[in-house]
Parts: sequence; structure tokens; C-alpha cells
Amino acid sequence: MSEPFTETAPPGGVDYLAEEATPRFQELKRKHRSFVFPMSIAFLVWYFAYVLLSSFAPEFMAQRVWGDITLGLLLGLGQFVTTFGITMWYVWYANHTLDPISADIRADLERQEADA
Amino acid sequence: MNDFFAAVHTAVTTVENNPILNISIFAAFVAVTLFIVIRASRNNKTAADYYAAGRSFTGPQNGFAISGDYLSAASFLGITGAIAINGYDGFLYSIGFLVAWLVALLLVAELMRNTGKFTMADVLSFRLKQGPVRMAAAITTLAVCFFYLLAQMAGAGGLVSLLLGINDRIGQSIVVGVVGILMIIYVLIGGMKGTTWVQIVKAFLLIGGAIVMTIWVLAINGFSLNTLLESAVAASVTDPQDAILGPGLQYGKNPWDFISLAIALVLGTAGLPHVLMRFYTVPTAKEARRSVVWAIWLIGIFYLLTLVLGYGAASLVGPETILASPGGVNSAAPLLAFALGGPFLLGFISAVAFATILAVVAGLTITAAASFAHDIYANVIKKGNVPPDGEVKVARRTVIVIGVLAIIGGIGVQGQNIAFLVALAFAVAASANLPTILYSLYWRKFRTRGAVWSMYGGLAAAIILILLSPVFWGTETSVFKNVGVAIWPLNNPGILSIPIGFFLGWLGSVVGGTHENKTLAAEMDVRSLSGYGAEKATEH
Repeated sequence: MSEPFTETAPPGGVDYLAEEATPRFQELKRKHRSFVFPMSIAFLVWYFAYVLLSSFAPEFMAQRVWGDITLGLLLGLGQFVTTFGITMWYVWYANHTLDPISADIRADLERQEADA
Repeated sequence: MNDFFAAVHTAVTTVENNPILNISIFAAFVAVTLFIVIRASRNNKTAADYYAAGRSFTGPQNGFAISGDYLSAASFLGITGAIAINGYDGFLYSIGFLVAWLVALLLVAELMRNTGKFTMADVLSFRLKQGPVRMAAAITTLAVCFFYLLAQMAGAGGLVSLLLGINDRIGQSIVVGVVGILMIIYVLIGGMKGTTWVQIVKAFLLIGGAIVMTIWVLAINGFSLNTLLESAVAASVTDPQDAILGPGLQYGKNPWDFISLAIALVLGTAGLPHVLMRFYTVPTAKEARRSVVWAIWLIGIFYLLTLVLGYGAASLVGPETILASPGGVNSAAPLLAFALGGPFLLGFISAVAFATILAVVAGLTITAAASFAHDIYANVIKKGNVPPDGEVKVARRTVIVIGVLAIIGGIGVQGQNIAFLVALAFAVAASANLPTILYSLYWRKFRTRGAVWSMYGGLAAAIILILLSPVFWGTETSVFKNVGVAIWPLNNPGILSIPIGFFLGWLGSVVGGTHENKTLAAEMDVRSLSGYGAEKATEH
């Protein structure tokens, strides 16, 4: 390291390469990515499907479903519903699946630091 | 009905003639927030206090502040007006601003909080070479802040002509100056803590005002969305009248332009430096997550309210009256407030609109000042050798410089059509910032060269495409009216500049060059996911 490292210097003797290789950390990483990557692709596909339909199929989106409520308006409100839904799902998943593992790793590393 | 239209016409003239009430409500807002800012300034000693409010805000508080920062005057006045005039297309526009928050929630917020300290550059330069990466990240940060700031300051001038009836250049310039000076005072005295409180108070007022007006509009329409739409269609001047229920009025002529804008909105939000910096004002990654969750609910509910307000303004005020008023499209929300609650509600909504500009420019200014003082001055120029209070001293001076530049710029662009600047800020954030953020958090083989190419390349691509676009050339509304031909056909560069940013990041990393430090990469990996060693809240 020739660069000056002024930011957030590693606090004490933690072997990050070893920690990264542990099955526990690999599990955390896998569980994090296997949730956030597919979910991100899903909401982006759904959003751009909605944008493309609005752009290139205006008659389809202007169809009335009930009274003056159009299909486009319902799909647009659907974007709100899915955004709120994904948000709550992620919070539940993070609280139940990710946080316990990361808290465990954090506690272990803090113990290592105290021992070092 | 005739009585009603008479009342609305009175409204249009009263908007110009009742400035004293508007000014006194705004003055009350300034007095209250200034009091909070001065109280909050007592513990502004260290850099963590000044830039990150001692990391002492809770998730819900920060969620309110994020929404206060994000819901700019363009969102409130612009989107309500767009729905009032163009119906569905205005609503379509608002959705991108909300969905974008999922990128921040799922991919960015918590990992950024765990690995950074004050600025976006902290994270981007974590495992790459400090000097070049930090410099590039600081430059893109300053570019985004500058475009956004200029748009807001110019908006302040426009708002004045609408709300206070000040139409002459000197009067508008004075108001831009007052907004700029207030902003400097807030940020100088209050730092991030003061700025955050201004945003929280403003978010409460804005969302509260919008809720009251929405319930009012719904009550008039028997709490039925369908009745509201029916009355909006009845008042519509489009051909056919029900065109406002479907897509096409605003973006129908060139759908690719809207798609390009939509990509920039969705991918740009999570790369906006003033949004990213808000994640450092909370004590843990879990609180950063809670703040984004609160922000998503508040912002989502707000855009649902604007749907009702927009169609409500269409039916209760009417598109012709809105377009004929001094502020044009932007006056839909204030005119609706007058139609509902008379001069007092109008004054309240006008004051909220001003408060909005003040809160947003304050957030941008502290972000730009932090980036200059922390990244460029302390880490690139001084290589980290600065006395403990030296950085904050430089940051405070930068605040004054930025404030003065913003006032001069805001006065200079009066009367220019600068609406493209906000879209450009999102396009730069998505093209120059987001690729490097995602690569450095998720791609092990990412290298310094990729980061530098991606940031400068994405920034240059977005700006060059705008300079070659119809925004500058060839049309009635261009900067150079009816001169030349636009080489790039769209008003929004995102559809090309964002792929360029991602491509350059990949290319620069695979063409070889120096290997990055494996230990630092492992450290970033472990710390970003576990939260070990993350910056803690300061104790007072």
C-alpha cells in the first residue's frame, strides 16, 4: 500500500481474507445476492414493460376497465403496490435471514479485535 | 358553474396581489427552522458532526429528511401541473422517481453505509487507488450538485413571479439572493444536522399540506376516484376529451425520449450524491435500511397524492386557467390551493414551495462542500495530513463560495429554459456514478482504470449528448433558437450515456494494468455485508 490510507483504517488484527473464505460469510454473501439480484431484475423488467406499453401501445393502455379507470392507470398503481411490496419483503428477509448472520460475524470480528 | 369560474379568475389575479400573506407564512417557516438550526449547531465540532450530523438521526427521521431532500419543487409543482394538463403522462413520469428507490434499497444503501464515512468517494476509493478515483468521484459529485443547484435556484426566481407577483428582473434577482443567503446561513451554522431538520420540517409541511388538499378534493368528488376522473374529463380541453386518461399527450410524439428519461430516473436516484450522503447521518446500516423504507413510503404516498391533486386541479381550476396564469403549468397546485381554501391555503402552499427550494439547495450545498473539503482538499491535495478541524474549516468556506456561485448562476439563468438541468443531473448520476458504485460493491475484478474511465466517460457522454441535442439546437425551445441541427435526436442522453458508463467500467477493468490490493477487496467485502468496523455515532 503506497497510497495514504486515511479512511476507516482496519481496526486491529482482523484477517479479512480468512474471514471472507469462511462458509458462514460465503453463505451471507450468497443469501444477500440471491435475493437482491433477481429482485432488482424483476422490478426493472416490470417497470420498463410498463413504460414500453405506455409508449408503444397507448390504445391498449387507454382501455377502460371500469368507469373512467383505464388499464394504464391500474398498471401504474400496480407499480406503487409492487414497490411497497418488494420493500416490505426485503425488510422481512433482511431482518430474518441476513441480519442474524451479519450480527454473528460482526460479534466474532469484534472479539478477535479485542483479543489482538 | 359560472360563479365558480369567476372565483378561479379572481384567484389568478389574487395570486399576484396577495404577497404579504405568502411572505409572512414563509417568514414564519424561516424563523422556526432558523431557531432549530441554531439549537442544532451546538455540537458541530468534528467532521462527523458537520458532514454527518454525528450519525445520530433515527431511520424514520432520516426517511423524512430524504423525502424532504428528494421532493423538490419540480416534483410538487411540476408533476401536479403535468397531471393537470397532460393527465396520464404526468403520472407516468412520477412513477420512475419512486421505483428508483428500490435500487437504493436493495443494492446500495446498506453497503454504502457500512463502508463509507462521509462521501460517495469514500466507498468508491475504498479498494482502488485513492488519488485518481477520489478526484473523479468528487468531480462527478460536484457536477451533479451544480446542475441540480442551478435548476433549483432558477426555479426560485420563477416561483416568485408566480406567487409574489414580482415579475421584474431585479425583484426576482433579489429573491434568488435572499434564498441563497438563507441557504448559506443554514448550512454554515447548522451543518448537516441543521440541514436535516430543515428537510424534516419541510417534508412534514409538504406532505401534510398535500394530504389536506387531497382529502378536500376527494370529498368534493364523493371519495370516488372515478368521479374525480369524470369531472377532470369534463373540464378537459383536449381532443378527444378523455385523452387525459391514457398515454401520449406529453411523450407521445417521441416515445424514445421518455424511455431515455425513464432509464436515467430509475438508475440515477441511487447515484445522486446528496441522497447517498444522507445514509451517513444514521448510526447503522439497519437504520439506513429503515430510512430508505420510510422514504419509499413517504415518497410513494406523496406521488399518489399528486395524482389526485393533478386531476383535481384539472377539474376544479381547469387546464385553460392554469395555462393562462403567470406560472403556467407550475401554477396548478397553488391555484388548486386557492380554489379549495382561499388565500390562507394558497399562502401556506406557496410558503411550502419556497421551503422546498430552500431545503433542497441546502442539502446540495452541504454535499458539494463535503465533497470538495473531504475528497479534493483533505485526501487528494493534502494526502490526509490535515489538522482535526482543518477540513471543516475548508468545508465552511466552500459553502460560502458555492452559495455565492449559486446566487450568481441563479440570477444569470433567469428567463432561460433550464428545465433540462434536473434531467441532466439524473443522467450524470446514472452514467457516471451508478456504474462505479455497483461495480465496486459487487464485482471483484473491478479496477482503478475502469472506475476512472467510467466516471469521466459517463460524465462526458451525458454532457456532450446534451450539447448536441435539441435542447441546444434547431427547435423553437432550444437554447439557440432555430439555429443548426441537433446531431443527437433526444432531449435525454441516458439511453446511450448510461450504457457507455457501464461499458467503460468493464473495459477499463479487463484490459489489464495494475492489480488491485486483494486484502482491501476482502476487507471491503466483509465489512460491507457484516457492518464490522462501520463508522459509529459520535457521543456527546
